[in-house]
Amino acid sequence: MAKKYDAGVKEYRDTYWTPDYVPLDSDLLACFKCTGQEGVPREEVAAAVAAESSTGTWSTVWSELLTDLDFYKGRCYRIEDVPGDKEAFYAFIAYPLDLFEEGSITNVLTSLVGNVFGFKALRHLRLEDIRFPLAFIKTCMGPPNGIQVERDRMNKYGRPLLGCTIKPKLGLSGKNYGRVVYECLRGGLDFTKDDENINSQPFQRWQNRFEFVAEAVKLSEQETGEKKGHYLNCTAATPEEMYERAEFAKELGQPIIMHDYITGGFTANTGLAKWCRKNGMLLHIHRAMHAVIDRHPKHGIHFRVLAKCLRLSGGDQLHTGTVVGKLEGDRQSTLGYIDQLRESFVPEDRSRGNFFDQDWGSMGGVFAVASGGIHVWHMPALVSIFGDDSVLQFGGGTHGHPWGSAAGAAANRVALEACVKARNAGREIEREGRDILLEAAKHSPELAIALETWKEIKFEFDTVDKLDVN
Amino acid sequence: MPFKSTVGDYQTVATLETFGFLPPFTQDEIYDQIAYIIAQGWSPLVEHVHPSNSMATYWSYWKLPFFGEKDLNVIVSELEACHRAYPDHHVRLVGYDAYTQSQGSCFVVFEGR
Repeated sequence: MAKKYDAGVKEYRDTYWTPDYVPLDSDLLACFKCTGQEGVPREEVAAAVAAESSTGTWSTVWSELLTDLDFYKGRCYRIEDVPGDKEAFYAFIAYPLDLFEEGSITNVLTSLVGNVFGFKALRHLRLEDIRFPLAFIKTCMGPPNGIQVERDRMNKYGRPLLGCTIKPKLGLSGKNYGRVVYECLRGGLDFTKDDENINSQPFQRWQNRFEFVAEAVKLSEQETGEKKGHYLNCTAATPEEMYERAEFAKELGQPIIMHDYITGGFTANTGLAKWCRKNGMLLHIHRAMHAVIDRHPKHGIHFRVLAKCLRLSGGDQLHTGTVVGKLEGDRQSTLGYIDQLRESFVPEDRSRGNFFDQDWGSMGGVFAVASGGIHVWHMPALVSIFGDDSVLQFGGGTHGHPWGSAAGAAANRVALEACVKARNAGREIEREGRDILLEAAKHSPELAIALETWKEIKFEFDTVDKLDVN
Repeated sequence: MPFKSTVGDYQTVATLETFGFLPPFTQDEIYDQIAYIIAQGWSPLVEHVHPSNSMATYWSYWKLPFFGEKDLNVIVSELEACHRAYPDHHVRLVGYDAYTQSQGSCFVVFEGR
């Protein structure tokens, strides 16, 4: 039966609040935490979110009747209380698959976190989780290589990988920078990393850095007999410059490049990931700007959504926080989104902040990178929290060693291997961490000095963004 | 007064990836690692190579992977047999994970010269 055109303003809930709707396997599902303006009913707020993030606008328009809007509209199908919070609530919204372009994370986010976040009827809005349907996932390439291929390329098995960011993060000449890379790699690290702020500044143009770093990587491989790499940051002002840098890294025979996916943007990231797949390069992903978006518990986008989006857009390693270091991160919540990076199926588990079952199909996994204010004393906890498919990065904890970066690197490598060995032998490494490290230090003066240097440093502040629990 | 620096000199060492920074394992410590490999459901595998070629992707298999082997002593005797047959080669033990097609564990048990 054709509908009649009835001009005017209807309440959103008449069209977009459908509590009887049973979501389809092919629907993209989203959970928003909504805080409405006072006096606006929950159903109206939730329906407004569904409408404004899909087909709706504030007024009825004649041209709606040219299509079957019921086929295309997003629907709010469930509302739930937020534990321990009287004013906010969760709205679950189902979007039909055809609302989104195949393989475009950019398009998904433009809809879901577009205009709706500025909507006046809302005080706060936070996108907590997205369930991507397998039908959409199969249209994305995902990680250029994945965990298994990265291990094979780098010849690293049975342990977390070890890295560090080159410091000071700004101001070194290319040659001095390469020196620090060389010191870290000869000392036993697997990777070193460009700081995210390093692009191509006057004190160190990118070609110059790439050439000296390549020499440092090659020399350290020859001397240690192990595979090494340095994340060459290809983030640039334009896509053309980004690709130019990536091509040069490949020309120099380097195994891995790096991109900042939020400041650089999802379109640039997806393009670079595809370039990496085609050119046999690993891709390390930094996440500058994420805390602007994900830290407020009532507004923005939770990092688990940004992590899922990165896995789809493409990257082989992604920063996830450390839980124990200087940067924000709740343990259960971190474990929840680490699963989203690495597993092929993640079940709904509210205690870890996962609101939906998520089937990743055959998509490759992403290494979780723990970096920021960590040192050797944290090693047992890090190995226990992050497991083998991770990269543990100690910046100050490497360069701050009294004997320099090479000794700092060796201290971390000894500590890491001692923890892995103890874990495999069935010891509870978090509880026995102190003993394990002190035993290992007996045959490593570098570790003994590191343990002495950082024995007092702790970062014990309460987490701002906690999971919602009573 | 003579100057005495507190800074030590770190000498680069050639290592063989995982556990390369720990002292050689005792017999018991090797048993622990084999038990871990078996408990994870991985297949033990012994590989060897001449030290001049240690960075090669492919080391030679010793026989075939020991698919489904659960007896620690079998693995220890195979490691020793490989070492006897190739005394100048590096010999490593791999925990092969067919599910991920990767190596859940991998470390050198005997270093060749």
